[in-house]
Amino acid sequence: MTNNLRFKTSKFIDETYRVSFKFNNKTYFGFKGDTLASALLANGVHLVGRSFKYHRPRGIMTSGSEEPNAIIQLHDNSSRTEPNVRATEVEIYEGLVASSQNCWPSVNFDIGGINNLLSPILPAGFYYKTFMWPPSFWKKYEYFIRKSAGLGKSPKVADPDIYEHNYIHCDVLVIGAGISGIMAAKMSAKNGYKTLLVDEKSYLGGSSIYDNSEFSKINNQTTSSWLEKEINEISKLENLEIKTRTSVAAFHGYNFLLARENLTDHLPINQREKKVRQRLLKIRAKKVITATGSIERPLIFDNNDRPGILLSSAIKKYIDLYGVACGENNVLFTNNDSAYETAMSLIQRGIKINAIIDNREQIDSKISYEVEKNNIKIYKGYTVVDTYGYRRINKISIMKLSKDGQTVIGDKTKLNCDCLGVSGGWTPAVHLFTQSGGKLKFREEDQVFIPDFYPSDQISIGSCNGDFSLEEIVKNTLYSIKKFLNVENSEYKTIEIISGLNLSKRNIWLLPSDKSIGKTKSFVDYQNDSTSKDIKLALREGFRSIEHVKRYTTTGMGTDQGKLGNMHALGIISETAGTKMGEHGTTTFRPPYTPLTFGTIVGRNVGEFFDIFRRTPIHDWHVANNAKFENVGQWKRAWYYPKNNENMHQAVQRESKAARDSAGILDASTLGKIDIQGTDASEFLNRVYTNAWSKLAVGKCRYGLMLNEDGMVYDDGVTTRLGENHYIMTTTTGGAANVLGKLEDYLQTEWPELNVYLSSVTDHYATISVCGPNSKKIVSKVITDLDLSDEKFPHMSFKNAKIDNIKCRVMRISFTGEHSYEINIQANYGKSVWEKCMEAGKDFNITPYGTETMHLLRAEKGFIIVGQDTDATMTPIDLQMDWIVSKKKYDFIGKRSLYRSDTIREDRKQLVGLLTENPEEVLEEGAQIVADIKKSPIEMLGHVTSSYYSPNLKKSIALGVVKGGKNMFGQKLIIPMENKNINVTVADPVFLDKEGERLNAKL
Amino acid sequence: MFLINCPFCGEREQSEFKAGGEAHIVRPKQPTELSDDEWAEYLFMRKNIKGIQFERWNHFHGCRKWFNMVRDTSNDQIKAVYKMGEKPPVK
Ligand SMILES: [Zn+2]
Repeated sequence: MTNNLRFKTSKFIDETYRVSFKFNNKTYFGFKGDTLASALLANGVHLVGRSFKYHRPRGIMTSGSEEPNAIIQLHDNSSRTEPNVRATEVEIYEGLVASSQNCWPSVNFDIGGINNLLSPILPAGFYYKTFMWPPSFWKKYEYFIRKSAGLGKSPKVADPDIYEHNYIHCDVLVIGAGISGIMAAKMSAKNGYKTLLVDEKSYLGGSSIYDNSEFSKINNQTTSSWLEKEINEISKLENLEIKTRTSVAAFHGYNFLLARENLTDHLPINQREKKVRQRLLKIRAKKVITATGSIERPLIFDNNDRPGILLSSAIKKYIDLYGVACGENNVLFTNNDSAYETAMSLIQRGIKINAIIDNREQIDSKISYEVEKNNIKIYKGYTVVDTYGYRRINKISIMKLSKDGQTVIGDKTKLNCDCLGVSGGWTPAVHLFTQSGGKLKFREEDQVFIPDFYPSDQISIGSCNGDFSLEEIVKNTLYSIKKFLNVENSEYKTIEIISGLNLSKRNIWLLPSDKSIGKTKSFVDYQNDSTSKDIKLALREGFRSIEHVKRYTTTGMGTDQGKLGNMHALGIISETAGTKMGEHGTTTFRPPYTPLTFGTIVGRNVGEFFDIFRRTPIHDWHVANNAKFENVGQWKRAWYYPKNNENMHQAVQRESKAARDSAGILDASTLGKIDIQGTDASEFLNRVYTNAWSKLAVGKCRYGLMLNEDGMVYDDGVTTRLGENHYIMTTTTGGAANVLGKLEDYLQTEWPELNVYLSSVTDHYATISVCGPNSKKIVSKVITDLDLSDEKFPHMSFKNAKIDNIKCRVMRISFTGEHSYEINIQANYGKSVWEKCMEAGKDFNITPYGTETMHLLRAEKGFIIVGQDTDATMTPIDLQMDWIVSKKKYDFIGKRSLYRSDTIREDRKQLVGLLTENPEEVLEEGAQIVADIKKSPIEMLGHVTSSYYSPNLKKSIALGVVKGGKNMFGQKLIIPMENKNINVTVADPVFLDKEGERLNAKL
Repeated sequence: MFLINCPFCGEREQSEFKAGGEAHIVRPKQPTELSDDEWAEYLFMRKNIKGIQFERWNHFHGCRKWFNMVRDTSNDQIKAVYKMGEKPPVK
């Protein structure tokens, strides 16, 4: 390609630093300071991708984060690959590898391009209408749709980079470092406010920093040189922190903002090792100044999407900032003065402008006269009606606009060009403002939405507030910031502005064509391929709400959220529907403003830090002894301890048998423990448990059931009276935090008169449970100074004791139905006491068992597990635990609900035991229970909640909930499974030792 | 994300708090005296209004105290916070 596209005029490009990179497997060169887009353009590459639906060739359209077309895949097939990256935002580095998306086999020849020829039959809503029926065909359709759609590929391997989150608190946050943002930051910092200034670009100054025009001057200097001095000054301010490459993603209520700071993406890959790649900044600002600027509008005409068609402001930026000409034979197409600034930048460097097409009949500004003086033909009152060239624009045709701008008249003229710059005026970037809850108003004169109501302490300044002339921007910024920050001194003495532009504009949302609309392709949303025709179709089909039209046509639903075309969509809707523009409002802009990587969102919470793990003090022993673990809430609990290649079933059968035949040992440290003290502690327990507590003697333990106010079982556990006004409550492992929260709630809000204090002591103690016929012998070896006789230490009682001078609490309580002890000792000693028990139990085959065996053993005894056998719809009566509900107590949490009309129904689901006809058959937990399989539809009576093979009973046992099950003992029911029906009999849920002989056996 | 002025700790991030539903619903002193309908009214019925709402909040990851909040649900503006047992401020 040609060499004369690069001009040595830019101080932002380091021409001594050549950078090589690959695009679609071809090596190119650029300079340090280039973006991927500017470097490609300098190499004459415009075609960079294919469009989403029609696979039309697409080129670079813009120069910033609003880019809809030039979205590429970085480092394909590498761990650092990233899809949907805007080429206009990628700063090139040595070794950069980029490729086009959405095209196969290549961007130059793309099979999907056939969709472009099929486009008459691919209108808006085509997928909705066609592929929905018959429903069974969806799977087939989906395969092809997904294959041909596909915007980029997600990485297949772990991300090697490091990410982190930072909290920032500041007095004033300034978003955007354009001319108004720089001024605001200076006024803020110099007046003593701790200020943070962020900008998404790598440089400060916005579009003014490269504006050397004679037609916009501040104090008789070009804006760029005036601004450079300002930037130099503020970079020395102590009160001001400046972050470039930092894009604000979200502006939430109460001035809480999220921003992404890019730290290494511009560095060669080999310089990124061990550095944080991106940071998510969580910013809480007392005041926010939004200075996000504005985005140039494209114009909507037939075939307005060809490679080589760019925003006029982008052409200016490429030549002024990067020294890159986008074309050698340019045409500019505009409805306002902005394009003339671009023209002057091109003229200054001797780049050819074939013509300027201006919608306006009258143009009256100094800059336009200057352009005309340079012998550039201006077609006034004209519009582009069509463009030509498949992979790059090569021609346009233009026609005269009628007076009302609704039709074209006269002859068609064709003009050659290799680049067409379009300018439809400017749209204030109000995205962040509306995210914060701000309300917009519509300004009729120039058809823009601007901030109206601010929901928090914030202000918008500059062109995002609808100030488009340099004079307005500077003067209004000074005025507003003084007021907003309540400062006397603006830090600026006099500011003289010279501007050769005027603000006149001829706004036509959809430019007319000599063809009927059905024959045109005027793109409104480039990324999603929606055209003006689609929007009109949606309106014809009855859609009126902008939100509905958006979803039906997918306008504004791409990764760019329609930053370029949303206003035109609104305009076309109101013109077609004959309504006023402001009436429709806008669609909702949602965070993030530009896409975030998953890495940024998760920060350091990856791998083992994804969620917090809690480990018991005995954890290392379990690991060393081959335990398998299960997650219970945040806890890692030993699940079972396989020996010699045992599977889980074999291990659990062995553990369960050992616990009943001789001795088992369980790490129960995860059970919640709440220390309860105070003179009203007994009364408090009376109110939170269903049974009575006042008469429990000191040194005794009692099982308690806790309900919600709706009468449903909430938690359970054993509570021990340690002293007159001192209890220790145990809760389920998963329920501990919520139980404490609930108890505190009642104490603080309903019963503040009670003198009760609660402390969570779960982590303070290790809890070791030793059970089985030999438990007494083992514990007596570990705790030598304790009388373990049934008289001195009966079931459901507690003793203070010592193990080698270390105090411990011992409870004789049982969750297995065996004689058993629970030793509670300060957490640090947990592991050594556990090891002592193992040593003492060696001769008795003491067997460590995990949660699975614990569940089996308790199921043999019919003990419930809250959350497994209950599901927040079970009352104690449903559980057949009437015995634990005090009839005498006047009130407790949930009592009144136990005799509501619904809770006293006889046909509620009730807990029962289930025995299979074939004792070897083990039911599946969750399986449905029915009585009659011939009935249609089959009535579901309930489901299986717990199911095991009991090695002690040598048969399958299960618990389940069944409608009216309480009165169905002995009845036969059916468990229908995928390929068989299993016959079961309803039984007593206590399968083993109903009389408690094992528990009370003389050992 | 709200910035909530805990009456005990001062301004803290919303992530430290838990919302606890409508405020000023007093648990009946004598539930057994209530009809099913009256009990259901206490148990289930809650206001969900667009506008000024009185709510209970708990500084769960902080001082763990419960307090009341007056919030405009239409724009999430917190109008007042006050301790349990205190009368709501007259607006
Ligand atoms: Zn607090």
